[in-house]
Amino acid sequence: MSFTRSHLFASTAALLLACSPVSAEDLVIGTKSEPSSLDPQFHVLSPNMQVSLAIFEPLVRQDAQGAIEPLLAESWELASPTEWDFHLREGVTFSDGTPLTAQDVVFSLDRVAKVPNSPTPFTLFTRQIAGVEALDDTTVRITTKQAYPNLTVDLVNLPIMSKAAASGDAPEGRTTTELNRGEGLIGTGPFTFVSWQKGADLILEANTSYWGEAPDWDRVIMRPMTNPATRSAALLAGDIDMMEDVPTGSVGQIEGDANAKIVSGPPARVIFIALDQERDDSPGISGTDGENPLKIKEVREALFRAIDREGIASRVMGGAAVPAGSLGTPNMFGTSADHEVPAPADPERAAQLLEEAGYGDGFSITLGSPSGRYVNDARVAQTVAAMWSRIGVKTAVDAAAAPVFFKNRDHRAYSAYLASWGNNTGEIGTTLGAQLATYDKDAGQGSANAGRYSNPELDALLSEASKTMDDDARAKLLEEADALAMSDFAILPIHFEVPSWGLRADLEYEARADQFTLPQNVTRSE
Amino acid sequence: MSAFVINRLLQAFFVLLVMSVLVFVGIYLVGDPISMLVSPEATDLERDAVRESFGLDRPIFVQYITFLGSALQGDFGRSFLTGEPALQLILERMPATVELVGFAMFFSVVIGVPLGIIAGLRPEATFSKVIMTGSIFGFSLPTFWVGMVLIMLFAVQLGILPTSGRGETVQVGPIELSILTLDGLRHLILPALTLGLTKASLIIRVTRAATREIQAMDYIKFARAKGLSSSRILRVHLLKNVLIPIITVAGLEFGQALAFAVVTETVFSWPGMGKLLIDSILTLDRPVVVAYVLIMVLFLVLLNLVIDLLYMVIDPSSREKVRD
Amino acid sequence: MTVQPTSADRPARTRADTPFRRIVRQFFENPLAVFGLIILVGLTVPSFLAPWVAPQNPYDIGTLDIFDSQLPPLSTSSSGDITYWLGTDGQARDVLSAILYGMRTSLIVAFSAVAGALFIGTAVGLIAAYFGGVVDAILMRTVDIQLSFPAILVALVLLSVLGQGIDKVIIALIVVQWAYFARTARSSAIVERNREYVLAARSLSLGSRRIIFRHMLPNTMPPLIVIATIDLAHAITAEATLSFLGIGVPVTEPSLGMLIANGFEFMMSGEYWISLFPGIALTLIVLGINLVGDHLRDILNPRNAQ
Repeated sequence: MSFTRSHLFASTAALLLACSPVSAEDLVIGTKSEPSSLDPQFHVLSPNMQVSLAIFEPLVRQDAQGAIEPLLAESWELASPTEWDFHLREGVTFSDGTPLTAQDVVFSLDRVAKVPNSPTPFTLFTRQIAGVEALDDTTVRITTKQAYPNLTVDLVNLPIMSKAAASGDAPEGRTTTELNRGEGLIGTGPFTFVSWQKGADLILEANTSYWGEAPDWDRVIMRPMTNPATRSAALLAGDIDMMEDVPTGSVGQIEGDANAKIVSGPPARVIFIALDQERDDSPGISGTDGENPLKIKEVREALFRAIDREGIASRVMGGAAVPAGSLGTPNMFGTSADHEVPAPADPERAAQLLEEAGYGDGFSITLGSPSGRYVNDARVAQTVAAMWSRIGVKTAVDAAAAPVFFKNRDHRAYSAYLASWGNNTGEIGTTLGAQLATYDKDAGQGSANAGRYSNPELDALLSEASKTMDDDARAKLLEEADALAMSDFAILPIHFEVPSWGLRADLEYEARADQFTLPQNVTRSE
Repeated sequence: MSAFVINRLLQAFFVLLVMSVLVFVGIYLVGDPISMLVSPEATDLERDAVRESFGLDRPIFVQYITFLGSALQGDFGRSFLTGEPALQLILERMPATVELVGFAMFFSVVIGVPLGIIAGLRPEATFSKVIMTGSIFGFSLPTFWVGMVLIMLFAVQLGILPTSGRGETVQVGPIELSILTLDGLRHLILPALTLGLTKASLIIRVTRAATREIQAMDYIKFARAKGLSSSRILRVHLLKNVLIPIITVAGLEFGQALAFAVVTETVFSWPGMGKLLIDSILTLDRPVVVAYVLIMVLFLVLLNLVIDLLYMVIDPSSREKVRD
Repeated sequence: MTVQPTSADRPARTRADTPFRRIVRQFFENPLAVFGLIILVGLTVPSFLAPWVAPQNPYDIGTLDIFDSQLPPLSTSSSGDITYWLGTDGQARDVLSAILYGMRTSLIVAFSAVAGALFIGTAVGLIAAYFGGVVDAILMRTVDIQLSFPAILVALVLLSVLGQGIDKVIIALIVVQWAYFARTARSSAIVERNREYVLAARSLSLGSRRIIFRHMLPNTMPPLIVIATIDLAHAITAEATLSFLGIGVPVTEPSLGMLIANGFEFMMSGEYWISLFPGIALTLIVLGINLVGDHLRDILNPRNAQ
C-alpha cells in the first residue's frame, strides 16, 4: 500500500515537473479557427488575413478604430483623379535581408489575379485597379478605372510579398502549396514563419531585422481551438495567454479570475433582419390572403418597434453587443447621426401600427436564422420571434446549420431572415450597396440583398457617393442615403457584436474594429 | 481463405463506387459550396467565376464522371477551402486520431472486459450491481459534457493536466507521434478518457451478457460437472467464447470512433481528422468529404475482414459460417 | 448453482404458465428492476401530461419574457404569477416546464428511432446470416456503406431536402443506427445458425421463415437488447448533438438533450441549473431504461430463464 502511494506520488511529481514552463517570451494564442492557407493572396478570410498581417505588411494599414495610416507607403498623393502615387518608406528590408523596392509592390499586386483554385480571390480588392507601375525604386503609381475614393481601404488587404523570394516557375510564382510549407513566405512584417501543423500550432518568431518597433515576443504560437468553452478553460488554466471571442457564458468566470481579464472593442459586425419586399406570395407568410404585409412601411416599422434591443444586448448577448439603429456603427464614415441610437422598443405603438396597416389581427411568419454561425444567432432569432409574437405576429423560427441556411436564403425560401454583415472598409457605402441597393447582377449591386428592397432614390445617392472624391461631400451623401433607408425600415438592424479577447492579466491588447488578433500589438503591462 | 479475401476486396470496390455517388449527391442536395466558401463581399459575377473555376457550374453527373476519372488514377481532387490535395489533408491528420482512438479503445478493453466478466460470473453480487449501474453513467451523459467536466476538474481546478492540444510530438518516419513523449501522453489522457468511458461501459455490458450466455451453455456445464477448476474453465472455455461478441463490438466501436471522433476532438482541440471531416461537411468542401468517406469505407471493410478472420482463428468451426 | 434447462431441450412455449404472466411475475421479483420502472413511470407520465401539469408552455414563445431569463431556482416571474421552481434558461423558459416538454420529445425520438433501427437491423442481420452467400454479401456491404457514412451528412441532407422536424430527426437516427443492429444480429445469428437445433430444424425442412423467427430470433435477442438499451441513451444524446449543430428539432421546441447542450455554456458562469437539472433528468431516464432493460433481457433470454 505504502509502496503504491509513494509510487503514485512520484509519478504525479514527474508529471508536474514535465510540465515545463513556457519561456517568458512566448505568446500562445487560442484562435477560433485556423487559416485555410498561409498564401497571403489565396483566400479572403479573417484567420488568413490576421496571420498574413503578422508576416507581411501592406502599403497602408487600418488602426484599431479603422482609420487609414501609412505603413510601407510613407505618403501618397493623387497625380490625377485616377492616378495615385505611393512613396515607399526608406530602409525597409524583407526578413531575408533584401531591401523593399517598388518592384516588389508591382509583383505582389500583379500576382493577385494569378493565384489558382482560390475560394475568394483577392481580386475583390483590385476590382478598381487598372494598372500598377514602378515610377522609380521607391515610387509606385496605381491607376484606377474611375475616380475611386476607397483605394487605400482596398490596399489594406493586399500585403506586399518579396519578388525575389516568391518568384517561381508557376504563373503565380511560388504556389499556394509551397507558401503553406513556408517556402517563399518572406515579408517585411514583425514576425517570420517557423512551422505550421494543420489543425494544430502555427509558430512564428520575431523578425530580428524588423524596421519598426520590435514586438514583445520572441515566439508566437497560434493554436486553433474552435470550441469557445475550451478556449476559456485553457486561458483559465494558464495553457494559453490569449483567446479570441470570449463566449457569453464564460465572461463572469474570466472577469472573476485574478490571472485573467477581458478586453472588448469597438462595435463591429451588425446583426440584422432582412425582409422580403418583392414577392406578393412570400413563402414564410400566412394568414394574409396572399398579400405580403412586409411591403407596407407601417408593418416594417411595427416589427422594428417590437424589438427590445436593449433586452437582447443585455440578456441574450450578455452585454457583448450594442443596440443598432443603422447598418453602420456610430463611428463609421457615413452613418446618419439620427440613427446612431435606435428608437426605443414600443410594443403598444407597434400593435397600433399593425392596426393602421390593416393587420390588427396579426399574421404568421417564419423567421429564418443560421445556427452557430454568429454569436448566439439562433437565440437572438428566438427572442425576436417572442417579441413579434407578443404584438400579434405569430413567428416560428427556422434555425438551420449554415450550409442549409445559406441555400434557403439564396433560393429565397425565407420571408424574413436574420443575418450579419461585417464592413471592412470603414465606410457605410459598401454595406448599403450590398444589402439595400437594387439587385443588379451585372453591375454587382445589391449582391446580398435577398429581401430585394429597391429604392431608386437610394440607388442614385449611393452611386453618386461612390464617385465623390471629396470626403465631406461623400459623407453627406452617405448619411442621407443611410437616413433614407433607415426611416423607410428597409431592413431591421438589431445590434452590433462587440468583439472581445480574453488575456492573461498582465497583458494588454487594443481591441480592433476589424476583429483581427495581431500578435505584434499584444504587449506586456508595466 | 484467399478466395474469401479476394472476394471481399472485390466487394469493397463496389462499395467504394456506391459510396462516392452517395456523397456526391448528398453534398449536392445539402447546398451550394460557393455560398459557404466565397466571401459575402463578392458580387454574383465573382461568385460565378469561382464556381466555374471549381467546375461546379457543370451538371452534377459530369462533375462525378470527371471525379471518377481522376480518382481511378489516385487523384481525389483538391480541397475547395485550402487548395491542397484532399487525400494529403486527411493523411496528415490521421496519426493524431489513430493515436487517440487506439489509446481510448485499449483503455476501454482493459477496464471493460475484466469488469464485465466479473459482473457476468456473479450477477447477484453487490459488486456486480455497482459495476452495472455505474456503467450506465458512462453513456448517459453527452460526450461534450463529460469532456468539459474533466477539463474543468483536472486542468482548471487541479491544474495537473493540460486542457487541450496534442503537446510535444516526435517525428517517426513521416508520422508525428505524441504517445512517445511524456508531454504528449499527458495531453492524451483526458481526451482518451472521455472517448474511452462510453466505450468501456459498452464493453462491460457486452462482456457481461456474453459471459452469462456462455455460462449456461452445455459445454461449460459439462466442464463443471467433470470437475474442472473454475479458473481453467474461465481461461479456456469462457474467455475464448466471449471474445467473439467482444471483438465484434470493439471492432465496430473502434471503426466508428476512428471515423467520427468529432466531438472529443473538438472539445480538446485535438488536431485529428474527425474535426477535419465535420468542418469539411459544414463548409461543403466536397473533395475532402468524398476522399475521407472513401478512405473510411476502405478501412472499415478491411476491419470487418480482419474481424471475420479473427472469428475463424478463435472458433475454427465458424470458418464456413462466415464465408460470403 | 442450479442446472438450468436450455432452449434446445425446452419446447418453444409452455402451456401451463403463459409467457406473459411468467415475465410479469419474474419482473416484479427483482427490486432493482421495479425501482427502474418506478423512475421511468415517474418521469414519463408527467412528461406526457406536460400540457396539463407544467407551470408554463415553453413552446409558446409569445409568453416568454426575455427579462425573466437565467433566473435561479425558486424565483418568481416578473409578472408575479409563476414560480420558477428550477429557475429559467437563457431563453426565459421555465426549466421545469422545459424538462417536462423536452423529455417527451426526447423519449419519442429515442424510442421511435431505436425501435425502427432495431426492427430493420435485426431483419437484415437475420436474413444475411440465414441465407449467407450473395444475399449476405450484398446486405453486409450495404451495412458497411451505412456505417461509414457520416451521421451529420445524413442529417444535413434530410434537413435540406425535407425541412426541419422531429420526424426528420427520427428518420435520420434510424438511417444512422440500423446498420449497427444488423451487424450485431448477424454475428450472433451466425453462431446460432450452426447450433444443433437449427441444423435439426433445417434437416426437418422446416420453412426458413419459421427457423429464422422461431429459433434464431429469440436467441439473438439478448445482445441486441443490450445494444438497444444503450442505444436509447445514445439516441437521446445524438439527437442533442444534431440539435446543437442546428440539424435537429426546432430551436423553439427544445428536447432534453438540446436543453443540456444550450445550458452548457452557462455552467462556467455558475448558472448551473440551466444544464444540471435537464442532465439529472436525462441520467435518471437512462438509468431507469437500463435497469428495466437489463432485467427484461435476463428474463426473456431463453437460456437464462429461471
